[in-house]
Amino acid sequence: MVTTLLYDGTFEGLLTAVFEIYEHKLGKVNLLRKEHYTETMFDAVMDVVSDEARATRVLGGLKKKLSGMGVQRLYAAHLSGMDREENNYIGFIRYVFDSSENVEEDYGNRYVMRVSEIVRMVRREKHRMEAFIRFQKLQDGTYYSVIEPDFNVLPLLMKHFRNRYADQKWIIYDIRRKYGMYYNLHDVEYINIDFAETNKASDIDGVLSEDEGLYQHLWKNYFKSVNIQSRKNTKLHVRHIPKRYWKHLTEKI
Amino acid sequence: MNEERITEKLNILADAAKYDVSCSSSGSKRKNDNKGLGNASNGICHSYTEDGRCVSLLKILLTNHCIFDCAYCVSRKSNDIKRAAFTVQEVVDLTINFYRRNYIEGLFLSSGIFKDADYTMERLVLIAKKLRTEHKFNGYIHLKSIPGASDELMNEAGLYADRLSVNLEMPTEAGLKLLAPDKSHQEMIKPMGYLKKAIIQRTEEKKIFKKAPMFAPAGQSTQVIIGATPENDNQILHSANYFYKNFNLRRVYYSGYVPVLADSRLPALNTSVPMVRENRLYQADWLMRNYGFHVNEIVNDGQPHLDLDIDPKLGWAIRNMHEFPIDINKADLRMILRVPGIGVQSAHKIVSARRFGKLNWDQIKQLGVSLNRAKYFIICNSSEFERRDLTGNNIKQFILATSHSKYLKNTQTQLNLF
Repeated sequence: MVTTLLYDGTFEGLLTAVFEIYEHKLGKVNLLRKEHYTETMFDAVMDVVSDEARATRVLGGLKKKLSGMGVQRLYAAHLSGMDREENNYIGFIRYVFDSSENVEEDYGNRYVMRVSEIVRMVRREKHRMEAFIRFQKLQDGTYYSVIEPDFNVLPLLMKHFRNRYADQKWIIYDIRRKYGMYYNLHDVEYINIDFAETNKASDIDGVLSEDEGLYQHLWKNYFKSVNIQSRKNTKLHVRHIPKRYWKHLTEKI
Repeated sequence: MNEERITEKLNILADAAKYDVSCSSSGSKRKNDNKGLGNASNGICHSYTEDGRCVSLLKILLTNHCIFDCAYCVSRKSNDIKRAAFTVQEVVDLTINFYRRNYIEGLFLSSGIFKDADYTMERLVLIAKKLRTEHKFNGYIHLKSIPGASDELMNEAGLYADRLSVNLEMPTEAGLKLLAPDKSHQEMIKPMGYLKKAIIQRTEEKKIFKKAPMFAPAGQSTQVIIGATPENDNQILHSANYFYKNFNLRRVYYSGYVPVLADSRLPALNTSVPMVRENRLYQADWLMRNYGFHVNEIVNDGQPHLDLDIDPKLGWAIRNMHEFPIDINKADLRMILRVPGIGVQSAHKIVSARRFGKLNWDQIKQLGVSLNRAKYFIICNSSEFERRDLTGNNIKQFILATSHSKYLKNTQTQLNLF
């Protein structure tokens, strides 16, 4: 029989679910986020309540079986927030626990392969954000940016931007997931901004610094001047910068 | 800043610099450990032009005034164009402000030669120094080394820049003589020799004293123009190989000649840019640097041109059918890397994954291998494999029939002299 497990979508929740599976010796399971579940009559359903102590024990077990990188990759994959991939993470974790050696490079195994594919997609989106984020300077000297990434990559971006822009205040705001990061010259904190109905996250023209317009203008001009018309290759251009990213790119607006 | 004037300058001096194709911002390891601005490590392409090339650095000339008259260059003395020059402060402001907005990874600064080599080089170095010392800028800086500049200036440049480069422009000495009568091949190679020695020496020092300053941590590169002079691929790749081997260059860039000037020594203005050939040269270059191929395996006197229809790796494989098929579950990494359709990443994944069990077609496909090509050259844990005794030519036809070249509509053949 298949047991349906419902969890809250957090990494802690995922690890707690693994704990429950081993605790109750469950065979076939189907792990779902609560909001994805529609009730049917004959299901054996179990609510997983995220529990730090249990999650920590599972994480400790994973750390013994995987390299630090291997644990990181599982975390990054789950962070993607991709729908209905949970059973692949469960499959991966069970395979790891059931094997006597470290299997994180066993790409012939379908769970290992799937996690590796998801990680590749997430890393790619992270890299794209490192490239495509465009800051606008505000009057108080803070650099502000709005993004809409395919996956939830803000936590993965923190280190890169903190190291790079150590001497300027900055905000990166994910308008799809409605939260952001703010660097205050010392630490990075997660923030939520309440935008009024008429006031969208991307409407900030009134508070821009004096020289912002000049540099945006210069950058757009630069972008045009470096193009070589006789080598035009639109297909390649769009493959590198898919159209969905254009609306936040200064040079493409 | 006067908006109109600075815009015009930027347009002129970015336009003149764009034929330098290098835009790499990787290979350095400059950290932001002084709580300053920026860092440089793996390289990021922040945007792409409509011709599909990466925009990673603010690539500009300090000035397009030039005392030289090289036929292939838009900035040559006798060309009647608008001239402009940035001040040191303007370049610094542009770099910092673009960098802070995450437009760029850093600065690529080149220049026309005004007055003399030392005078020009001194200004380039001054900009890099200002960025590093006054603005605590740790982003990427690529400076052009001006042939003929003094060793002291080269040395200073290496202390502030991540990468230095001298463009050879023409793959052979004869080509250079024809198109750039003011430049000498020897003079261009001299700074490369100096920098190579300095880089080796500083790297040794750094191993002993951790605090020793970095010296051009991203090394040297160069560029050759393709299709302006009649050199064949054999000459070009052997010349590239010579520079990789003797000057420890990180990269050689190949720039398909864009006809910008009417000159009897050059291809006519309506000739199209040799983009396919340029692409094949890059593929061949990759095979030399990352796939363990010797240059003679790719081109030689009997095989002086790269095939334009197929990539050089497939070309090598169908000329060497006696090496195949190989067993993916047993062959060593060196041979797996030589299979068409298998890249560096998937080759390593294969070697990792097969420790856990023999791989079959499905699994190999999942690893990212392009079976469309690879299937003719490998066997795996499956009773199905290519049993027909195909010749190299058959395979080429099958592969061409099932793939569509992105270049097919603008193929052109390489100038064949005999």
